[in-house]
Amino acid sequence: MPKTIKILGTGCSKCQSMMKVVTDVVTQYHVDATIEKVEDMMKIMEFNVLVTPALVIDDIITIKGRVPSKEEVLALLNT
Amino acid sequence: MFDWLQHITNWLVYDVMSLSKGEHLSEALNFFIYDAIKILILLFVVIFFMGIVNSYFPIDKVKNYLSRNKLYGLEYLMASLFGIVIPFCSCSSVPLFIGFVRGGIPLGVTLAFLITSPLVNEVAIGLFIGLFGLKTTVIYVVSGVLLGTISGIILQQLKLESYLTPWVQKVLANAQKEQDTFIAEKQTISKRLPAIWKEVKSIIKGIIPYLLVGIAVGGLMHGYIPEGFFENYMGKDNLFAVPMATILAVPMYTNASGILPVVQVLIDKGIPLGTAIAFMMGVVGLSLPEAMLLKKVMTFRLIAIFFGVVTICIMISGYMFNLIL
Repeated sequence: MPKTIKILGTGCSKCQSMMKVVTDVVTQYHVDATIEKVEDMMKIMEFNVLVTPALVIDDIITIKGRVPSKEEVLALLNT
Repeated sequence: MFDWLQHITNWLVYDVMSLSKGEHLSEALNFFIYDAIKILILLFVVIFFMGIVNSYFPIDKVKNYLSRNKLYGLEYLMASLFGIVIPFCSCSSVPLFIGFVRGGIPLGVTLAFLITSPLVNEVAIGLFIGLFGLKTTVIYVVSGVLLGTISGIILQQLKLESYLTPWVQKVLANAQKEQDTFIAEKQTISKRLPAIWKEVKSIIKGIIPYLLVGIAVGGLMHGYIPEGFFENYMGKDNLFAVPMATILAVPMYTNASGILPVVQVLIDKGIPLGTAIAFMMGVVGLSLPEAMLLKKVMTFRLIAIFFGVVTICIMISGYMFNLIL
């Protein structure tokens, strides 16, 4: 089953770096997943995060407030 | 602490480049090299240390703590103190604000946090130690915390909840004392360090252009402006100096790390420390971009009151510094 990846962030530089890391991992390792960038503040609020960017995989918040490394994202996607 | 660096700089400027002592150019260059290296070392140390603290003490814990515990008035001070260790990116201010409101934390306490967090952060502390020494840094940090605490208490007394935007008021009505339990990322320190180090590098990379320009301008001014130059215009007896400096500072933001090295030179050349600190607090603490972001959760009126109260508190602390120091 493909995974749903959501990246929550209003467009600060950290959010863009996270987006890039995640897209890189998905294309590089051919991960079966859809990536969605959530920029609408109201939608971000629904996830109850305090700091952006946040990485949401299949509706579970995995990382918040920092830019993860590629290895980290890959590990999260493989579990 | 940095004698060794001064020796190296002296050697570099006077011996290697064989510029003669006491000339404008050589003094400016000496100042630039010494200051740039010293500040960078301090920034690395402070940001790295704060990164470690923050990695073990994330914002969610702070929110839960403030939301769960009855602190009998100390919550303003606590929120303000938490503001020091929690790094604050202005783009996170809205989710943070909503999260606090949702957790049932009073508006004034949330604002206390929002005021102190940008004012006393790792970059400001690193720059302060480098430019003004430990004593002034401690004074700055203490007054920053007090400023957040007192402004928070005042803002709470004003009962401003009705000036929040409607959707935030809805969130406020449904606020509960802590519903979510925070699951900490369980990682060993050796796993955390690379991430922290990466963060340090990215913060420094972001501010380095501003910093170098600031120190360069500072260096030139240091070499070319005569001692005591500003005393006549902006000395302690000029009562308008503090408000002027503060109001000038509020709209500025991005160049905070560039402006501090310049301010250091201004102090050297006769601007009183209190006036300078009021200016810095205005630059670092309040900004137009922040106001734009807060518009999502606050009505214009609330933002105006919020900025107004903080600005007045900054001016008061400026006057107080000028009296005490």
